[in-house]
Order: sequence, then structure tokens, then C-alpha cells
Amino acid sequence: MLRFFAVRIARAMLTIALVVTFAFVVLRLSGDPALIIMGPEAPPEVIAAFRKAWGLDDPIWMQYLDYFGAIARGELGRSMRDGRPAIALVAERIPATLVLTIPALLLKLGIGIPAGILAALHRGSVIDRAVMAAAVAGFTVPSFVLGLVLVLIFAVQLGWLPSGGQDSWRHAILPIITLGIGGAAVLARFTRSAMLEVLGQPYVRTASAKGVAWRAVVIRHALPNAAIPTVTIIGFMVGTLIAGAVVVESVFSWPGVGRLLVVAVANRDLAVVQCVLLLVAATMVASNLAVDFLYGFLDPRLRTGTQAGAH
Amino acid sequence: MTAPLVKVDAIVRSYRMRTGMFGRVADLRAVDGVSFDIRRGETLGLVGESGSGKSTTGRMVLGLEAPDSGSVAFEQAAMPAIGSAPWRSQRARMQMIFQDPLGALDRRWTIARQVREPLDIHAIGDDASRAVRVDELLHSVGLAHDQGLRYPHELSGGQRQRAVIARALATRPDFLVCDEPVSALDVSIQAQVINLLIDLQAELGLTMLFISHDLRVVRQISRRVAVMYLGRIVELGDADHLFAAPQHPYTRALVSASPAPGRRNAERIVLTGDPPNPAARPAGCAFHPRCSHAFARCRMESPKLVEIAPDRSVACHLLDAGTVPAAASEAAA
Amino acid sequence: MAPLVSIENLTVAFDGVAVLHGIDLQVERGEALGLVGESGSGKSVTWLAALGLLPMATSVGGRVRLEGADILGAPPGKLDRIRGGRIAMIFQDPASALNPVLPVGKQIGESLVLHRGLSGASIRSEARHLLDLVGIPDPERRLSSYPHEFSGGQNQRIMIAMALAGNPDLLVADEPTTALDATIQSQILELIGRVRRETGMALVLISHDLGVVAENCDRVAVMYAGRIVEEAAADELFADPRHPYTLGLTGALPPIDGPRRRLTAIPGMVPNPKAMPPGCAFAPRCSSSDRRCEDKPPRLRAIGERRRIACVLETGALHPPLLEAAAE
Repeated sequence: MLRFFAVRIARAMLTIALVVTFAFVVLRLSGDPALIIMGPEAPPEVIAAFRKAWGLDDPIWMQYLDYFGAIARGELGRSMRDGRPAIALVAERIPATLVLTIPALLLKLGIGIPAGILAALHRGSVIDRAVMAAAVAGFTVPSFVLGLVLVLIFAVQLGWLPSGGQDSWRHAILPIITLGIGGAAVLARFTRSAMLEVLGQPYVRTASAKGVAWRAVVIRHALPNAAIPTVTIIGFMVGTLIAGAVVVESVFSWPGVGRLLVVAVANRDLAVVQCVLLLVAATMVASNLAVDFLYGFLDPRLRTGTQAGAH
Repeated sequence: MTAPLVKVDAIVRSYRMRTGMFGRVADLRAVDGVSFDIRRGETLGLVGESGSGKSTTGRMVLGLEAPDSGSVAFEQAAMPAIGSAPWRSQRARMQMIFQDPLGALDRRWTIARQVREPLDIHAIGDDASRAVRVDELLHSVGLAHDQGLRYPHELSGGQRQRAVIARALATRPDFLVCDEPVSALDVSIQAQVINLLIDLQAELGLTMLFISHDLRVVRQISRRVAVMYLGRIVELGDADHLFAAPQHPYTRALVSASPAPGRRNAERIVLTGDPPNPAARPAGCAFHPRCSHAFARCRMESPKLVEIAPDRSVACHLLDAGTVPAAASEAAA
Repeated sequence: MAPLVSIENLTVAFDGVAVLHGIDLQVERGEALGLVGESGSGKSVTWLAALGLLPMATSVGGRVRLEGADILGAPPGKLDRIRGGRIAMIFQDPASALNPVLPVGKQIGESLVLHRGLSGASIRSEARHLLDLVGIPDPERRLSSYPHEFSGGQNQRIMIAMALAGNPDLLVADEPTTALDATIQSQILELIGRVRRETGMALVLISHDLGVVAENCDRVAVMYAGRIVEEAAADELFADPRHPYTLGLTGALPPIDGPRRRLTAIPGMVPNPKAMPPGCAFAPRCSSSDRRCEDKPPRLRAIGERRRIACVLETGALHPPLLEAAAE
């Protein structure tokens, strides 16, 4: 059991390390931070001083080692733009992002799962086809398109809702909806196939043959089994709680972690970018780990294993 | 007496298995010291239930898996190493027929193409002669030329199995291992395929190892039979005699369990206990937990396969003790 | 005396393709009826349809009566009480016929609550009693085990325990032993026999294996391509089969004892339901067929005491050459 945990945690650490390394490399390849932050007109001495101050003169492998060492110590660097610790910058934005992503997740679960179940129970009927058509529309339309269209309709045309910023609770409505629709669509499709697969299993027929009413068959026998594969996707969605709103935050000018990331990348603000990435990777990995453990709960076969040669 | 075509000597095969997510690693001994000969032109039937190791034995006899210890000899020569050139060319001399004909055939190729494949692999003949041979083979298994142009999913189960047999015979092998070839087929189709195999054997002088859990089918096609239980042979001998007068308690239970019309009120021997789990073998005789005649020695020592009559061997302590219980007393048990 | 279950002219079609063409069958109280047939015979569909267990996409016609009362097309509430409570059904491959995420005690308990109205502690104790009855060792502890922790044979016993929980009058066993080893098969059949003797429960045993059916049933019906072609007492049927298909089937079984003989191999295949021959479905494969067989499918008629056959030949294909000679 210990081995099981240890292996998974080790893999998780490795994943995070790889993500951070990747970010490090890509950012440094993409342009000189000094030039971008100081501006192209700045005198060469200022740029040189800047570079020296931030250790950008050192060979790249040295910068990498420094960086890794710092992370291991828990120091995630400072923003090159305003000098504050990167962690603080990121941390103060997290609540804003969660205000969007958590309700959006609830929306995805609340609409996606029932829709998928409904479609599966009425397979082939008008309901099924309508739900599936809506789902396809929902996940093929890119979120920025959806966001802009919603803004166009509800903010510009109808004037019911504001188009951007974070001033009141009303400002959160459109971003949450935009975020939620794509995920709800994916979840609907997924839940539907999981349910269909389960409904075709012999034990569902056994339950009916026992005289269990159809509703009870669905709730007590089908759903718990369909939950097993569905949990994977939900786990993924939970993993994107921090990072999933990048596009939407930009479209709606919502000051969350996503916007911070976009600005930091544009400015090559290395520490901030790396900090956000670290956070995102950690969230995703933690979520996957949680799903792995949850499987053990949901599927008793994984707990004890099948009897060897049983028959 | 001519040397046997296939000689299997004390082969052993184990697998490592982990039980469950957090479980321990267990050693699963699938085959535990199996020896037998197969003479040229005869069929040896290998009978057993799940966990008996019969399929694993079949694969080792064919050279698809190497035994952990012991040896398999074909025409008095040891099996070449798996994957080596001599091993690959030996494939033309021995072939296997599996239980699931749909799985054994490639969905994307026509039947004719698949029957032809062995000829292509072993570079037998040229294009023209290969096409002729394919038609010949299809005909010999009762398939028409048209059926050769079809895809596996367009044929019935019985036709697919015939196609698999045709492909197996393409290189004129001497030796055929059949692993549950008719278990997935309907009774009337089973009869067709069994008759076909018997006819082909007579015509081509094939030597066969026929593996099945169905005693009735095995008896029909085999001259000699080996009964396996948990990786060991418990009884071996002439098929008719063995089924008419089984000596080992397990064989008796098996024969009794084979359903047949007209035996309604015959005493049935019903084994108690669970089927064997190769990952948790009992000490001593593997069968003793389910044997109604088990005594002290059975719990401690595993019996050896001993010849009790010409062409009949049994592995049971009861025979050593000199008391073979008569069939009638079994009914009272 | 009215039969326990009576199926009259049952027809079933999937997407417009008929698979059952009018089945007439009766099961008496306490008797064991065997239903034999190969793939496509409709032997399972018959009982699935009778219990309303087929998906909505099919059309089902005819009548099914349980002690005189119609149950085909009955409202779901009524059907739910009958299923498990009066007629129980067990299936092939017990490992996948049990819910993998529920402990077996709960699955048995479900039936107990539904059909015996038990509640509280009595559910557990009765479930334990049932597990013990079907021969599961250490039943108290095993109530909280999951299906995958048992062997195939044990799973089938658990299925039987679940079926018995409702005290049914009839047990329909659909290929209950096909996925099991031979020695386990005989254990299961012996268990079913014991339960029947103790409770007087009737049994419908569906199987493709004539031997299994012959050894365990009083009466046997043979099905082919969605129709019953022959029905007789078990001993009679196997000693003296009359329908050419039954003859072929019995001849196709390799004998376990006695002299070896060449197996009867019925040529050809079962017809596709979408392309059935106009007359008798078996005619294209029958060595005794003639022009009369192509006209229309023969009716199932009585040819003796509790013996029926669906064949144009007078008393079936008793001695085909002699029959032809007599007709001359």
C-alpha cells in the first residue's frame, strides 16, 4: 500500500518538475525580458544593469540550477515588473479566479451529468438527439467565441448584464456561463456513454429480473457503476480550477490568475509565469492523485483484486 | 517401436502475479511437471478445467512459450529458442488452432489472403501455385472459392473455424495443437468441425494435441487422453478405456459430470469444494481438498504418475495402497 | 389442472424482423421443462419476452398467463412483483450478472425487501441463511464480500440464492452452467435439483447442451429458428427422437461411453431471421424434406400423449427410407 502511494507521489513530483522546466526553457527562448520590460528605447546601461540584477547574464544552465534550488527552498522569485514576490501576486488573484471556476464547475456537474443520464435513458429518442446536438454545439464552439457572442447579446444588445470587469456579482454571470457550457457539454457526452455501457451490462438485466423497479435499477445499480469512468473527467475538471479560466478572464477583463498569467507572459515576467505554472501543475497533479485514490473507493475490484484463476 | 514425434519431459511454468492494488506478489505455478509422448499420427487429448494448465501446456508443446524447466522435443530434437531463425522455420511443421475463430483471423483481410499468408511467409511455391493451393485448402475444409473472397465477419462461426483450419494446414504441418477449437460453436456445427478434423487427420497423417474441457468431444477425436488438474497429469491412457473405467477420483468425477442423455438416474459424483486456485495450491496432492477418499498421506505428499497397466498411468496414493475404490462405493459417498 | 405458466402464440420482433413466430408452451406446477436449441432458436428470447425484459425497441404479441392471469403487457408495478416474486430468472456468466460494486449481501437483501417485506436485522440473517442454503462457506462474513471475490461457481450459487429470496414458483435458468467448468456444473445442477425437491419449485432449464437438459428435466421442448419443433418427455425424446432436427442434434452429440460412431453433421446453417425460407425453417437442411415442406411452416401438433411435433411427416422422421417406401 505504501508502495502504491509512494510511486504515485513520485510520479506527480516528476510531472511538476517537467512542467516547470518546460516553462523555463520556452520563456527564455522567446525573447529578452530586459528589453521587453525596460522598453526598446532604454539606454544600454540600464538594460545591462537590469540583466545583471536579475541574473540574466549567467549561463542558462546556471540560471536553471539557481531557479530549481530556489523552488526547492520555497522561494519563487520576484516579479520583474513591480518587484513583489511572485507568490504574493499570484495568491491575491486566486480568489477572483475561484469565484468563476467553482460555480462553473457546479454548473458543469449540475447540467452535464443529468443531461447525459437523461440522454442515455432515452437512447435514440428525440430527447437523446436534442441533448447530443446541444452538447456538440457546446464543446465545439471555442470559449472566446462563446464569450464574445454572449457579451454581444446580453451586454450590448439587451443591456441586461455588464460586459467586463469585476464590480458586482452581476459581472460574474456571463463568465461563469461561458466557462460552464463547454464543460457541461463534454460531461453530458461522457456521462451518456458511461451510462449506456453500464445499462447494457448483464447485471442490470438481473436487477430487473429480480423485480427491482426501473428507477431503483438506474439509481442503485447503474449510476454507481457509471460513476467510475465519469470520475476521471470530473477529476480533470477539478484540476483546471485554477488555470481553466485564462481565456474567459481575458475576454471579460476579469482580474484573476489567468489574466495575470497572460500579462506576465507578454512581459516575460519569468518568476510570475513560473509560479503560476507551478500552481497549475500542482493542482492538476493533486487532482489526478485524488481521482486515483477515489477509484479505490468506488470500485471494489481495485481494492482487493480478482481471485487468480477463479472459475 | 518408433520414437514419438513429440516428447514432453517434466515441463514447469510459473507466472508472477500481483493480487489487487495493494496486494502481495504471488507465484502462480500453471504447469507443474508434465510429461507425455505423442506418437506420430495419433491424437492425444488433454482434458482439464480452468486452472488445470492445459492451455499453457499446449503453448509450450508448440514452442510458443519456453518452460522454466524441463524440455520439449520435436522429432527427437530440442525446441529451438523462441524467435530464432530455426524456430521460425519450424513453424511450418507445427500449427495451432484456437478457440475463438474471429479473434484468430484478421478482420481486414479476406479469407483467401489469410489462408495464403503462411505460404507467403515460408516462401512456398510461386504466386500461381499458391493460388492453386489456397483453393485446394479451402476445398479440403469444405469452403467454396467464393467464401475465400469474403471477410471473416461475413462468415458464420463454423465457417471461420474451417478457415482457421485451412490456414493451419497450408504448410503441410506434421503436428497440430487444437486449443478448444469447437467450444464456441453450436452442437451441430461442432459435429461438422470434429468430423472434418478426424477426416483430415486420416487423410494427411496429422499428429494432434487436442485440448478441451469437454470430455465427450475429446473422446471422439483422441486415441489417448491425459487428464490434468492444477498443473499436473493425474491420469493418462487409452481414451476408450479411460472413460469407461476411470481410476483417479478426479477423472471419475469428470466423467460423471459430463451430461449425456439416457443417464438421468445414474449416480452422479458431485465434487465438493471450490475449483482449484493455482496461486494457492494445496500441500501434498493438489486434489485432496475435494477428494472423498483423501487420507493422511494425500495431505503431505504429492503422488507420482505411475504406470498401473500397459498404456495406463495414474497419479494417486490410493493405487499405491492397493485399494482402488469401486465405482459403486463412490455413489454412497 | 391449470398450468402454472402458459405461453400462447408468443411472437417477438426486433426492428421489424420476427425472431419468435408463435410459441405455445406450458409449465406445470413443480415440473422441470427443458428448452433446447442452438443460436438463433429463440429459447432465451421466449422467456425474456414473457417477463417483459426485452428493450422497448421490439414488438411482442400473444399471451402469457401466470395461473390464469395475463402478465404480458402488464403494468410495470405488477410485473415488478411477479419478477423475482413468482417467476425468478438466472442467467449465464454469473460473474457479470452480479453488480460489481455492491456487496452480495445487499444484492440478496434487495430481493428480500421487495418480495418478503423484510426489514432491519432480519434482512441480514435471512440473507445469511440463503447463502448457507446454497453452500457458500462462512456465510456471515461473506455477506459483505463483492462478486469478484468469489469464483464463477460461487457466483452462480449467489444468483440462485437471490432468485430464491423471493420464494418463486418458477425458476427460469438461462444457460446457468454454460460458462462453468464441468465439475462445478454438476454442483450447480445438483443444487437446483435439491432446492426443487425441498420447495416444489418448477424449473425451466434453457440450454444448448442436450445432455444437461436430458439429465435434469422431465419434459423437453426443442426449438429451431424461433419455433418449437418437437416436445416430449425427456426419456422419450432422447430414446426416440422424431423431428429431423432433433434426430440431427442427438446424433451430433459425441457419446461418452459405448462404441464410437461418426457424428451426424447437419449440413448448412441456421437461417438468418431476415431471410427465412417460406415453408419449414429446417427444410433446406433436412434430408427428409420434400415439396410439402416449402409450402408453409408446419403447425405444432400432438402425436401422442404429451408429445408434439412440427413436421409434415406423419409421425416424424422415424425411419425415413421406410416412410418413403410406404408412401409409394
